[in-house]
Amino acid sequence: MSRISAVFERGHVALIPYITVGYPTIEATPRIAELLARNGSDIIELGIPFSDPLADGVTIQRASFKALQNGVTPELCFDLAKQVSRSTATPLIFMTYFNPVLKYGLKKFCRDCVLSNVDGLIVPDLPPDEGLELEKIAIEQGIDLVYLLPPTCTDARTKLVAQRSRGFIYLVSVTGVTGARDKLPADLKDFVTKVRRITKTPLCVGFGISTPEQARSVANIADGVIIGSKIIQLIELEDEFKSMTAFVAELRNSLDNAAKDKEASSANRSG
Amino acid sequence: MSSKKGYFGKYGGQFVPETLIPALQELESAYEEAKKSPDFWAQFESLCRDYAGRPTPLYFAERLSEHCQGTRIYLKREDLAHTGAHKINNALGQGLLAKAMGKTRVIAETGAGQHGVATAAVCAKLGLECIIYMGEEDIRRQSLNVFRIRLMGAEVRSVNTGSRTLKDAINEAIRDWVTNVTNTYYLLGSAVGPHPYPTIVRDFQSVIGKETKEQILAKCGRLPDYIVACVGGGSNAIGIFHPFLNEEQTKLIGVEAAGRGLATGKHAATLAAGEIGVLHGAKSYVLQDRHGQIRETYSISAGLDYPGVGPEHSYLKDTGRATYVAVTDEEALEGFKLLCYTEGIQPALEPAHAIFYAARLARTLSHEHIIIVNLSGRGDKDINIVADTLKAKP
Repeated sequence: MSRISAVFERGHVALIPYITVGYPTIEATPRIAELLARNGSDIIELGIPFSDPLADGVTIQRASFKALQNGVTPELCFDLAKQVSRSTATPLIFMTYFNPVLKYGLKKFCRDCVLSNVDGLIVPDLPPDEGLELEKIAIEQGIDLVYLLPPTCTDARTKLVAQRSRGFIYLVSVTGVTGARDKLPADLKDFVTKVRRITKTPLCVGFGISTPEQARSVANIADGVIIGSKIIQLIELEDEFKSMTAFVAELRNSLDNAAKDKEASSANRSG
Repeated sequence: MSSKKGYFGKYGGQFVPETLIPALQELESAYEEAKKSPDFWAQFESLCRDYAGRPTPLYFAERLSEHCQGTRIYLKREDLAHTGAHKINNALGQGLLAKAMGKTRVIAETGAGQHGVATAAVCAKLGLECIIYMGEEDIRRQSLNVFRIRLMGAEVRSVNTGSRTLKDAINEAIRDWVTNVTNTYYLLGSAVGPHPYPTIVRDFQSVIGKETKEQILAKCGRLPDYIVACVGGGSNAIGIFHPFLNEEQTKLIGVEAAGRGLATGKHAATLAAGEIGVLHGAKSYVLQDRHGQIRETYSISAGLDYPGVGPEHSYLKDTGRATYVAVTDEEALEGFKLLCYTEGIQPALEPAHAIFYAARLARTLSHEHIIIVNLSGRGDKDINIVADTLKAKP
């Protein structure tokens, strides 16, 4: 079992924060990752910045742009991941677009993931139809290639993604790009339920989640919560990342409370 | 030709977020349906004729030919099509497709503004809501077209990320599409992007090559020796090339923008200086740095200022069926002036690149040869740029 799959065996809802590597500075990344790990994150998603992040909203676009200006390269991301993995046992996932991976070399990229203790890979512009080659190499190297699934998916696409996604399935809460939103879509529950009927793979929901309340309501239906833009916005606020740290701790708390809600409701049902 | 569905050799594909896959599948089946429908083509042809003014003439540029010591140069006059460029062909075809699919909202990107103008016109004509994404830098240098787009009731959204040009306008259009995928039709303007766009755009633009073939046979009784067309994303070039792909005696030459010179790094010559990568949903040649970041491009001509190229051009380059060369800003201005002086025609700066190359090629050939240049658009939009450049360098 991969370190990512093991997370979902812990019986609590996984907290998966996203940060852009090298944002706001290269030096800050290991420090931020350590704070995320210490405050209850189960998996840390590290974004390798790309010049043309077409699945990302303004917050992550801006962070990626700044990170590139800071001189972040895939090589540097591997170095930083290695450094992070020395200070924490929390599994790491890279999120990046396909072109930097292709340029780096698919084999070399997956091998360097292994050498840097990176457990998984999310590539938002790589649907399963185009992912065969990378997937084969990732499987050989023991890297989980995670695919995304939007609410507009058909049953056929859901089956395909469910069959091929490893570690978990990344459910995109809304049609659109990443970014904090005030409200979660009303039909999110139907979407998760629909996918749940088709697969046993853990389901993590991302895109648009920005408050502990939203996280808690997602936790009632899914196996993990992915939060990116809001974390990036809080990182921007101050040097010591106090707001970000407090926010992550609060998220952890609300996910755990959701688990208690669930236990209580199932106890009620059985009683 | 294609090894895999949606591919030209190893180029093409659908490298897009999963959210767009159902939309692309819907588009593909709608297009397959339309392709089989005689009504659809009758509608397209009637609009091409009565609305866009097709067929556009194939014009013998006699004084230009004389100036180049006699090789016969013909110009395919896409500059005379409605809205001033070949872009109207594709906008009409896809506009009809959007309508057939029941979409009410159309979005598009534009670089030089010609695709924006064509899309705005077609949306006005078909009664569709229209939003055009355009880079801030392009809005500045192609302000005439921005005004024309707004006059036809479309909204122009300024894009101020990245290089603030065509590449970034496409990023933003894709983000809009991902968000509003259910009611929105993305009317992509070049032969780029995920499958089936490169095929759809090529098919609608192939009207250029089909007419050219008939016209040159009627005028000269034979096919040309060369066809020369400028290449940014490559829609006018693939449109005129495609009906000639099996005519081996006709050499196909695509002309990219060498900007300030390939050696300076300030250019947009993707096929000449790029390498294989993935941009905007397709695998193709791409201008990128050694880390796989897309490079900022530069060209005097906004329509060629793009770090990618249509996947079919990458395939034609690799198979050797077409040759790709690059022409600098300065040379394109020479081409612009040459056509003004010898023929009284102001080309857009994009085809001015092709004019320059054709004139140079003509001087190396004999009187028997025939060159056809795709004069893909007219130059009104570029008058200020040309005036400023000539002022700075008298």
